[in-house]
Amino acid sequence: MNKLNLDFSIVKSARKIAKNIAIETQKFIDKHTTTSIERTVCRLLGIDGIDDFGVPLPNIVVEHLQSSGLINNGIALYLGNTILRTNKSPQNIAEGIYKEELDIAEFPLSNISEIKDVLSTIIQKNLDMIKNNKQHREDLINKYGEKTGPLIYLIVATGNIFEDIVQAKAAARQGADVIAVIRSTGQSLLDYVPYGATTEGFGGTFATQENFRLMRSALDQVSEEEGRYIRLTNYCSGLCMPEIAAMGAFERLDMMLNDALYGILFRDINMQRTMIDQYFSRMINAYAGVIINTGEDNYLTTDDAYDSAHTVLASQFINEQFAKLAGLREKQIGLGHAFEMDPDLENGFIYELAQAQMARDIFPNAPLKYMPPTKYMTGNIFKGHIQDGLFNIITILTNQRIHLLGMLTEAIHTPFMSDRALSIENAQYIFKNMKDLGDEIVFKEGGKMQRRADEVLNKAIDLLNKIDKEGLFKTIENGIFAQIKRPISGGKGLDGVILKSKDYFNPFLEIMSRELQIGGQE
Amino acid sequence: MGGGLYTTDKKNFDKNLDLTKIKPYGDTMNDGKIQISFTLPVDESDKAISGALELAKKMGIEEPSVAHHQVLDKGYTYFILYGSLKHSIDFTKIKLESVEVETMTMEEINGFIKSKIGHKLTVIGATTGTDAHTLGIDAIINRKGFAGHYCLEGYEMIETYNLGSQVSNEVFVKKAIELKADILLVSQTVTQKDIHVKNLTNLVDLLEAEGIRDKVILICGGARISNELAKELGYDAGFGPNTFPENVASFFVKEIQNRKSS
Repeated sequence: MNKLNLDFSIVKSARKIAKNIAIETQKFIDKHTTTSIERTVCRLLGIDGIDDFGVPLPNIVVEHLQSSGLINNGIALYLGNTILRTNKSPQNIAEGIYKEELDIAEFPLSNISEIKDVLSTIIQKNLDMIKNNKQHREDLINKYGEKTGPLIYLIVATGNIFEDIVQAKAAARQGADVIAVIRSTGQSLLDYVPYGATTEGFGGTFATQENFRLMRSALDQVSEEEGRYIRLTNYCSGLCMPEIAAMGAFERLDMMLNDALYGILFRDINMQRTMIDQYFSRMINAYAGVIINTGEDNYLTTDDAYDSAHTVLASQFINEQFAKLAGLREKQIGLGHAFEMDPDLENGFIYELAQAQMARDIFPNAPLKYMPPTKYMTGNIFKGHIQDGLFNIITILTNQRIHLLGMLTEAIHTPFMSDRALSIENAQYIFKNMKDLGDEIVFKEGGKMQRRADEVLNKAIDLLNKIDKEGLFKTIENGIFAQIKRPISGGKGLDGVILKSKDYFNPFLEIMSRELQIGGQE
Repeated sequence: MGGGLYTTDKKNFDKNLDLTKIKPYGDTMNDGKIQISFTLPVDESDKAISGALELAKKMGIEEPSVAHHQVLDKGYTYFILYGSLKHSIDFTKIKLESVEVETMTMEEINGFIKSKIGHKLTVIGATTGTDAHTLGIDAIINRKGFAGHYCLEGYEMIETYNLGSQVSNEVFVKKAIELKADILLVSQTVTQKDIHVKNLTNLVDLLEAEGIRDKVILICGGARISNELAKELGYDAGFGPNTFPENVASFFVKEIQNRKSS
């Protein structure tokens, strides 16, 4: 089905160029690790907890090795070696380090095969835990039956995980299929992950492993009551991208917002740091069966949805390739876009419909993540409810999968319980009444919609060619996306970028790559 | 319960507009008609409906009627009500709380700065604290303009620095000193539990501690900001929704001139 009469030879070339862009960047990524990746290795080896000052043990362990100047060999090498020498568990070793009783840099290094050997049981145990979570999710979805049509995605953001649970359960009972717990706004810039259940946050709730566990368990309970599997989402972005991925994998999160470009552009995180982090985080997400959501929708909050539609498409092509390089399957790649046309634009709905259909046709297997209007929401809740209605119509007509529900009170306050109920009612009314309308309509040959899609696709491939010539980092420096310029050595987190030594060792990278068949078949 | 949707009685009130006693307007002068909606934390029942009606009466709503009610969740019921408000206000005694400055065009503002101030003005703006929304500050500063209004960045006589979102007050003040800013714009878009008030007050304290509060024009803006609130917090002005760049610029150029001449 090709409603837009898209020229798929252009789509094919665009994919090829995007792949080339991703591979070029990947060469840089492969040479580096980061402090957060090494902390993730600690977490995956079972290190958790905090010291008396609230500093997470993974941070303490990695900083300890950094101070010896050996972190470029990888933390796993020294943890494995210390296990051989002391017969302690990784957690005990971490505790020894923070009590300053142990220096893991001082033992002479054993043979790498012995190190791999001693780590293998722990690795197997922890990776099995992740695999079991993945299997458990699949079993539950099979038991309840997978929902067809759009998944209604709702946000909770009280700052208090226990209040979030009340809100999330209510939202799920009202019809939400996906619950996202918005993070406290400062968290993406923290170079550590907070610990334990938290009851205070700003504009959201801290992402902690305990909060993940509490919410997943609450949602499991509602899933059981409702006979629907309610998915849980969090934010695998910011300076702790791969650590959050690992925590999510342990606690069976189902989706993760996971996009380096978002952090670079909107949180001023250093591009080298976050591209390296993204790779490992996506690999963990791939391994855990998590669906990632990419953040192209955000470009349109600062850029115009009509004029810059091609930047969204170009970015989706690139994001798809990066995701594939990290082992994600197409069904795990929730490429993002948004309904942000200026309501005063004549035929804006037609152009939006064309763009949404285009995304659907170009990425047929991706569970597309479609974001509601925010930029042009005014506080006129009655008009806002209609804007959300038009957005809902496009979702059902073009078969978008992850539908972040728009709220009539957007731009006023974080949603009331009633705002959510009204918005769900709006969406369900439209989804039900227009369920098969998309299958019934064809678009006019050579009409406005076909011409619009063709134009966006052609502009996207021009942009991809330009990015390919200049390189992705240079392109970001020049402000192609969202009109925001970021220097390659600017932003937060550059000090956490580490050039790998020739002896660098990260067993998870090796094992996951192998099991995900990265570099193998398409 | 009386007062259905098509009630025709109860129209024996004065139907002439009297600005000293104005009321909400439905379709007849002084009918006082309003719509309200709210959620009560109880299960849906006749008792809950009576409760909603009683609450409406307490608000001063006569002949309230529940047009719609529905269950939101166990223990929560949503109501939409209509009724006639008995209260009125004296409109002639209202003091205007918004910034009262005659708005100039971009050309007029540039001309004003050239002729009356004599040097380019430096504006720095940011969304401070933990707020991640740059919508407000971008709409005033960013080059692209907003709804056909040129943003400050496009003004020949204004030098702008948009620091973006999640800027701490400390960093903001440091930048203000470093750039010798004439005007400080602070945006607060989405806030939780009135944290924006604390954050805005903290900035004033910091500026005073650095001894530069009087040297700058300090302006805040955002969905929940009024000029009244801003002044109460120690700002020179506050701008709410539907503010355009020229509204803000008209205020600060005149304020600078006023300070020069006083």
